[in-house]
Amino acid sequence: MAGRFIEVENLGKQYETSVPGTPPALQSVTLAIEQGEFVAVMGPSGSGKSTFMNIVGLLDSPTSGAYRLNGEDVAGFSTDELAHVRNRVFGFVFQGFNLLKRITAAENVALPMVYSGTAGAERRRRAQELLDKMGLGAYGAAMPNRLSGGQQQRVAIARALANHPQLILADEPTGNLDTQTSGEIMGLFTELNRETGVTILLVTHENDIARYANRLIRFKDGRVVHDGAVVHEGAA
Amino acid sequence: MNVGSILREAARSLGANKLRTGLTMLGMVIGVAAVVLMLAVGTGAQNQVNRAVSSMGSNLLVILSGSTSTGTLRMGSGNAPTLTTGDAEAIARLPNVQAVAPTFPGGAQVAYGINNWGTQVLGVTPEYTSVRDWPVEAGEAISETDVRSATRVALLGATVVEKLFDTEDPVGKTIRIRGQPFQVLGVLKKKGQSLDGRDQDDSILVPITTAQSKLFGNRFPGTVRFMFVQAVSQSATSAAEHDITLLLRQRHRIQPDADDDFTVRNLTQVAEAASQTARILSLMLGAIGSISLVVGGIGIMNIMLVSVTERTREIGIRMAIGARQRDVLLQFLLEALMICIVGGLIGIAFGVAGAFAVGKAMQIEVAFSASVMLIAFAVSAATGIFFGFWPARRAASLRPVEALRYE
Repeated sequence: MAGRFIEVENLGKQYETSVPGTPPALQSVTLAIEQGEFVAVMGPSGSGKSTFMNIVGLLDSPTSGAYRLNGEDVAGFSTDELAHVRNRVFGFVFQGFNLLKRITAAENVALPMVYSGTAGAERRRRAQELLDKMGLGAYGAAMPNRLSGGQQQRVAIARALANHPQLILADEPTGNLDTQTSGEIMGLFTELNRETGVTILLVTHENDIARYANRLIRFKDGRVVHDGAVVHEGAA
Repeated sequence: MNVGSILREAARSLGANKLRTGLTMLGMVIGVAAVVLMLAVGTGAQNQVNRAVSSMGSNLLVILSGSTSTGTLRMGSGNAPTLTTGDAEAIARLPNVQAVAPTFPGGAQVAYGINNWGTQVLGVTPEYTSVRDWPVEAGEAISETDVRSATRVALLGATVVEKLFDTEDPVGKTIRIRGQPFQVLGVLKKKGQSLDGRDQDDSILVPITTAQSKLFGNRFPGTVRFMFVQAVSQSATSAAEHDITLLLRQRHRIQPDADDDFTVRNLTQVAEAASQTARILSLMLGAIGSISLVVGGIGIMNIMLVSVTERTREIGIRMAIGARQRDVLLQFLLEALMICIVGGLIGIAFGVAGAFAVGKAMQIEVAFSASVMLIAFAVSAATGIFFGFWPARRAASLRPVEALRYE
């Protein structure tokens, strides 16, 4: 594989706003993420951490700087290629779950496979397998709003895993969950990272959550102010 | 992703939100049904009038004998025995006149076997059937010989045949008119209603001389009640009207300052007025239908715009998990198509059913035209598809992060 997994250089993002002189959401961010890392991104509101994640996840584009994925500059990707990467290489987990409300849990899990052209029978098999893995084997036919927050987030994680992604992007995945459920969801991420080697990029503003990661990147005013290994005190 | 699974995705999406789908379809149904219904009624009315007009015969004038006056008391027209067979012959020689059909009508009770029926009996000459454009369907027409020798023969209208003869062939049978035996010469083609709504088929034609001398014993031999005059062409009707007026005033020796003792009525003008009225009615119904189509279109537009815009976030989610722009567009296009096709078909069904119901309830004729249905369908479908597709395209061309942020 040519180059490193994810590499950003001098990344900057300036939103178009009506207020002139607004500081950029992101400036001169240079860093790299290797396969298999579990990275937590922290920072106060407006620090640019979500903007960073959206750019890395190809949901948004930077206004300056370069972003190379496996050595390829994504600036040259067509919208179809971007969709392809989001479909096959990435998996998203959002704070608000972002499940489609009108279709069942299993259909939600199978949706990325609809767009990757997987046959119907295989889609259903894989969706069931993933739900089983998330401990939701019996809830495939349930509509998302009949499930608890924790269950919905597990469905979303199952959906993120559908096409065997290399990177899971999780934007405040525990933001809407209670402490115990949050712990369970983070346990799941840790397990996935250890067992399958999937890279995880986690955005959070809670220290307790960030502690599950191996590496911590802190943002402030659009810049990286800290980037280092997570210090695990005692037997955490 | 192939079209098949997109089609299923679109169908699933429609089925998942039945209220939204139903409301969108409703606009389509109402728009199309209104147009189909309105125009069915309008076209039906126009057809009905046109048929009545053409059943009258073409380029016709009718001459009624004048009113009798006793002192200052003036009776209705047709009362005075002022028109004669001689007048008819003279008029027939005028250059603008094609044919003249003098008529002597009367009411009579007719009987065949155990059936009897009160109907109108018209004493006519052989010209009558051609002038009135009323061909003999079976048997023979009244001949000159019949008129000359005042034979007791009759041509029956369709209604009379129906009332007197059940399934029997009437030609050659003998019926009784006012107790006198008449041989049935032939049967007239069904003509339908006249402009004033009378059943024209409820009549019997006999030779005019027979009517004058044998059926309705006349104090003034050789007089007729009215005559139909056929002009050589439509443009000649006015000239013929003028010539006839001059000729009759001369023949009847009317002083220059005295009133006519007859009335000439130009039926072409009556027919034109009726056709015009029907055309205006049809146009008006068409206009109302078009307004419904526009209103329905606005309804479709609104609900499509709102429902698709409301799904911007869904589009964002779909794009985040790997849907390409064209996957999203194709899905929304197919959803709009399905709604429009199903809604349009239901609309046509409702329109047709509604038109039949209205036709039945109000005893009027309705007529359908495929092109009207097609236009109504196409206009509504185009509206629905455009306003289903356009906001989806707008949403799909957003960066996924913007679509996701949409609440």
